[in-house]
Amino acid sequence: MALPIYASPLERLWHRTRIAICVVIFLFLMAPILIVIPLSFNVEPYFTFTAKMLALDPDGYSLRWYDQLLTLGMQAPEGERDSAWWADAWANAQWVKAAQNSVIIGFWSTILATLLGTLAALGLSRPEMPGRKLITAILLSPMIVPVIITATGLFFFYSNPCSILGPLGPEGGCGRLTSTYIGVILAHATLGIPFVIITVTATLSSFDRSLTRAAASLGASPVRTFFKVQLPLITPGVVSGALFAFVTSFDEVVVVLFIGSHEQQTIPRQMWNGIREQISPSILAVATILVIVSIAMLTVVELLRRRSERLRGVTPQ
Amino acid sequence: MAEILTTADGRPLKAALQAAQARAKRRAFWLVAPLLLFVLLTFVAPIGQMLVRSAHNDGFSAHMPRLTAWFAANPGAADDAAWEALALDLQDSAVAKTSGIVGTRVNYELSGTRSLFTSTARKAKDFAPPYREALLKADKDWDDPALWGVMRQVSQAYSGNFFLAAADLARDADGTIVQVPEDRRVYVNLFVKTFVLAGVITLTCLILAYPVAHLLATLPMRWSNLLMILVLLPFWTSLLVRTTSWMVLLQQQGVINNMMVAAGIIGEDGRIAMMYNQTGTIIAMTHILLPFMILPLYSVMKTIPPSYARAARSLGATSWTTFRRIYLPQTLPGIGAGSLLVFILAVGYYITPALVGGASGQLISNLIAFHMQDSLNWSLAAALAAILLALVLVLYWLYDRLIGIDNLKLG
Repeated sequence: MALPIYASPLERLWHRTRIAICVVIFLFLMAPILIVIPLSFNVEPYFTFTAKMLALDPDGYSLRWYDQLLTLGMQAPEGERDSAWWADAWANAQWVKAAQNSVIIGFWSTILATLLGTLAALGLSRPEMPGRKLITAILLSPMIVPVIITATGLFFFYSNPCSILGPLGPEGGCGRLTSTYIGVILAHATLGIPFVIITVTATLSSFDRSLTRAAASLGASPVRTFFKVQLPLITPGVVSGALFAFVTSFDEVVVVLFIGSHEQQTIPRQMWNGIREQISPSILAVATILVIVSIAMLTVVELLRRRSERLRGVTPQ
Repeated sequence: MAEILTTADGRPLKAALQAAQARAKRRAFWLVAPLLLFVLLTFVAPIGQMLVRSAHNDGFSAHMPRLTAWFAANPGAADDAAWEALALDLQDSAVAKTSGIVGTRVNYELSGTRSLFTSTARKAKDFAPPYREALLKADKDWDDPALWGVMRQVSQAYSGNFFLAAADLARDADGTIVQVPEDRRVYVNLFVKTFVLAGVITLTCLILAYPVAHLLATLPMRWSNLLMILVLLPFWTSLLVRTTSWMVLLQQQGVINNMMVAAGIIGEDGRIAMMYNQTGTIIAMTHILLPFMILPLYSVMKTIPPSYARAARSLGATSWTTFRRIYLPQTLPGIGAGSLLVFILAVGYYITPALVGGASGQLISNLIAFHMQDSLNWSLAAALAAILLALVLVLYWLYDRLIGIDNLKLG
């Protein structure tokens, strides 16, 4: 935002002030994310910079909290770091288990949300779709309705899923979905679906329909047209939608708290417990790892967005 | 009379076109149908079920059938038949071990009565006529007319009592609706507080987002893309990570307080409590929701041609007038979209207030969680959730009317 040549001194001063204000706001946005990184290497169990850290003394820094992520919950954390030690960590360490659960739940809920969401986005973007406004509003509502309400509703529902069928359901109910992986996966898929729909419909809105007509006029069946023409062009949107869905699941804690049990301990749930009970700097080590993961995700989404623009022939200015 | 146009196979063109359009409609619908069914089953129906639960609780009527039947048939005060029904129901509930459920249900309306039911049920197997005397011998509280009034109310499985409780109201012994005693009025205040806090957070977000969005929209693409990452990274970072970071920054032995002590701004014993109160909730939630304000503002500001402002200046407007009369009105759609979105998200927030809010920074969601997990008054939790849901849906509808739900964008 270059100043016009006719700007008065007062305007120049205001211009500088405005830039200074923006710098402060960017600092406000970034500082909390960056501050955890150096603190996670603290040698002391404190959440603040020690004198040694400020003096950049190597003795003030250590990897002990990262080490604790592996050893916490292990049966024999002391021994030699051989294959048996790593097998122990893989099977018993709390944070490792939590990471496994997060990935399993995130993976399946992403698959479910992406498949159903992409199909629905294809239908919603067709001009002849009946009742589009209402259906879109329903499909996007899981993003708007407070998660606590969703979790409360799901808790009642999962305690006796067949009650939804009313008198048609089997006598005495049909088991429960609380404390099951399936239950958490279904719930996370529901929460991720709006993101898939938004990103895929955005990509489809700029999709040139004459391409599918051209394919059809050359004799391709609708299915073949979809896989050969449409899908390759909307793939970037689908992949970013999937990433959004994955992050939604990977970061979700309320539903897991309400309907999951210790079996379904995910990283956010473990963090939640850690923060509420005994907050130790290993939380900061996890936070640092998660910040790095989100930087990776952001990079992928940004690259995909540029690729999608290139595919569609939108040249970045 | 013109000839009817037909297709090659001889059908009227109009009918053939209608059939084709109907087919296209059906195709589009079948693509959406699986997801619609999925969302209806795993989201809409559970919430509907929750709404039913907020007005339905058969904790009393299901386990006290005789007394429930007596209440339905007799409008007056308790007679011998009523005492007999009560005694026999208590005997049954002692056998079925349901007296706790019944007592809990009555206890929601009249506190201190749960133990009356459980302790009487333990003695119930010795009850013999005359039942009134037997019950009064077990506990003289059974003669309390207020108790009988409450039992009459809770014998109806469907009632609005939980909604009354959620609005700090209750029915007295005659069934008239009255306010609960002053020291027990929590929910209305909490709803008001939630809305005020959400409003404050929305306003701070707007004030912080406006200059940043303007900077991003007016910088050359190369620079704005780079700075955009600084907005998007917090957006992609885990909520718990950001909340944890704020705890690290804000606590009394935390980074900000330490820096201020080191700089001599405050003394060692003058450390400011920025966490476990409303300030903590406002700061952390503003940070978390800020990207949701910047992104819609940015996408609107990007489309405003700079020539309007130049034209205004060339016609003699000062820079302040240009901003107020030309630029600001054009950004109103972005302000509306961002503010509504941030407000909707803030009203239902749970995690951040629970972790950094302390006692005074709690929102309505935290109370719903409390009733779900600790007090186990699920019907009241459902009623509170239903009220919150209704408020959010009104805002959602408003968002759809003003901005259009299909204009929701991410990043």
